[in-house]
Amino acid sequence: MAETTHGTGGLAFDRSKRAWPNEVNIFIALILIVAIFEALGQLLPYMKGQSLLFDTNDRFDSIFNEARLRIIILQVSIIGIIAIGVTQVIITGGIDLSSGSIVGATAMIAMSFGQTELVNGNPNPKAIFGLWAMDLPVVVPVLVGLGCGLVAGGINGLLIAYTRIPPFIATLGMMVSARGVAKWWSHGNPISFPTDQYASIGSGMMPVVWFVLLALLFHLILKFTVYGKHTYAIGSNEDAARMSGIAVARHKVLVYTIAGMLASFAAIVLSSKNLTAQSGMGLVYELDAIAMAVIGGVSLAGGRGSIVGTVLGALIFGVIISGFTYLRLDAFYQEMVKGGIIVAAVVLDQWRQHRAAMKS
Amino acid sequence: MSDEIVLKTEDLTKHYGGVQALEGADFELRKGEHVAIMGDNGAGKSTFVRQITGVEQRTRGRIRLYGEDVNFAGPLEAREAGIETVFQTLALADDLDVPDNLFLGREITRLDFLGPFRVLDYRAMRDATLAGLKKTAVKIPDIRNTIRNMSGGQRQCVAIARTATFHSRLTIMDEPTAALGVQETEQVENIIRTLKTQGEPLILISHNMRQVFDLVDRIVVFRRGRICANLLKSETDGQDVVAYITGAKTQPEYAEAA
Ligand SMILES: Nc1ncnc2c1ncn2[C@@H]1O[C@H](COP(=O)(O)OP(=O)(O)OP(=O)(O)O)[C@@H](O)[C@H]1O
Ligand SMILES: [Mg+2]
Repeated sequence: MAETTHGTGGLAFDRSKRAWPNEVNIFIALILIVAIFEALGQLLPYMKGQSLLFDTNDRFDSIFNEARLRIIILQVSIIGIIAIGVTQVIITGGIDLSSGSIVGATAMIAMSFGQTELVNGNPNPKAIFGLWAMDLPVVVPVLVGLGCGLVAGGINGLLIAYTRIPPFIATLGMMVSARGVAKWWSHGNPISFPTDQYASIGSGMMPVVWFVLLALLFHLILKFTVYGKHTYAIGSNEDAARMSGIAVARHKVLVYTIAGMLASFAAIVLSSKNLTAQSGMGLVYELDAIAMAVIGGVSLAGGRGSIVGTVLGALIFGVIISGFTYLRLDAFYQEMVKGGIIVAAVVLDQWRQHRAAMKS
Repeated sequence: MSDEIVLKTEDLTKHYGGVQALEGADFELRKGEHVAIMGDNGAGKSTFVRQITGVEQRTRGRIRLYGEDVNFAGPLEAREAGIETVFQTLALADDLDVPDNLFLGREITRLDFLGPFRVLDYRAMRDATLAGLKKTAVKIPDIRNTIRNMSGGQRQCVAIARTATFHSRLTIMDEPTAALGVQETEQVENIIRTLKTQGEPLILISHNMRQVFDLVDRIVVFRRGRICANLLKSETDGQDVVAYITGAKTQPEYAEAA
């Protein structure tokens, strides 16, 4: 079946030997995982033949269990937005542990500029600022929020690019500090009652819309722009990138800043969806986002991975979490298993790296 | 103007902490000239290249390119000034394909007002890559293959095609045939001959005596960070060069190197 073609200089090569894209494997994994849950639904006696994704109530309009599908994608969308930024960071060979805390800090700060003056005719009981900050146009909290991400991500990037602090340490510091900011901002009090405009950013299925739009945008950016090419080049071989004249330090600052801004956008969507902001928001989201990326085939060694992979990784993540709820396993087990999934994904990545190294 | 000076270094020096990797190198390259740099491992050859190409900042000394003093802040500036280099480490990004690597850091783009987000013109880069590979007669099975999946020789060919594709005012190759088989070595040597007929100046670093005597006009020998000989090919032979490399001989004008 070997189909040979002629390359440059008339060399024959075997086209069939080219590996198919890793995304295909991940998609197959997604289907397998769904199949396993479906099988468990049939096999476990207490499940009484329920299905994870398909409709078991014999409705006319749909073969899917839409409620559960909706929950799965809604659940992964907000962390998925963070994972889009984390993917880029990991492709450069770095890591970002600060995104969860950036979510917390941004949610608090942005929400305090997006509050409404009157709640049921009474003054807003959770008001942070005076009247001047009430009922501001929605661009104000959004820009303030994105500004938080820009500053936090920018500091990460500057530390990593211009000092020799490893990304793990620099973003660990930001993780602790940003959480501190979140707690200090209103001395631990939750911030609630946003304006209608602010509340509409993340209402209903809007988180999914944002996730899809941003995933599409960054997919195109990584594939078709100089920014994307340099991101992969730096992760592949940082010295080569430098010798080729890429401004490595400047590029890293940009990548970490974008990751910070995506985390802060996720915070805006999340606080809008919940109609409140709390200092504990986004706890360990950074690990979930990293897990999504790694499950999606983004290599922790850098240079490899894609947004498509991360989106599939996010879906796998969502299916597994919902799958455990569907099997009525306790939340404790869910957390334990989540830890196991993260470790398993990293082991898989190591194995893939090893195989790639054997090849070359 | 046939003796116009392409590159001149004066007292070029690089210390890494206490290590004097390069000490007081005075070097000259004339227009159209091909010069070999030889010397034992650790003699400072690659260090010399890294100072000229802006990869590192020199400790001391002067570099003049076509009569102008240059101080490259980074490798991109050196490239923009027309210096094309095949580094000993090749400087290829393993996860990218051949056109990506050829154009790394100087991509052909559209919509340039988008700054870092300007759009890559993949088609133009692919066409230019094919033309460049044809010009240099480099054989690569599939240019869409990533570098990771290529043999050592093919990698080397990509790195060399990268320098030969772009018109340059000075080409530097640091051990370009170290990893190559007989056929590939011949290919690279042909590329170098092509550069010679086109009158493009070249600095070739090599341990291969036969190759050096086949290709270049002049041989400069480095020893323990210093230049110890400057020999016209017509006035020397292999044994003589070996004597300089090992330290059995030193030219009187470089006596302090001994
Ligand atoms: N970054 C560095 N830090 C410290 N010492 C270095 C560094 N780079 C090179 N050296 C030292 O400088 C000296 C010259 O090294 P260089 O790489 O220039 O040798 P070379 O002549 O290119 O050798 P080879 O033929 O093995 O390539 C060596 O002693 C090396 O150990
Ligand atoms: Mg060397």
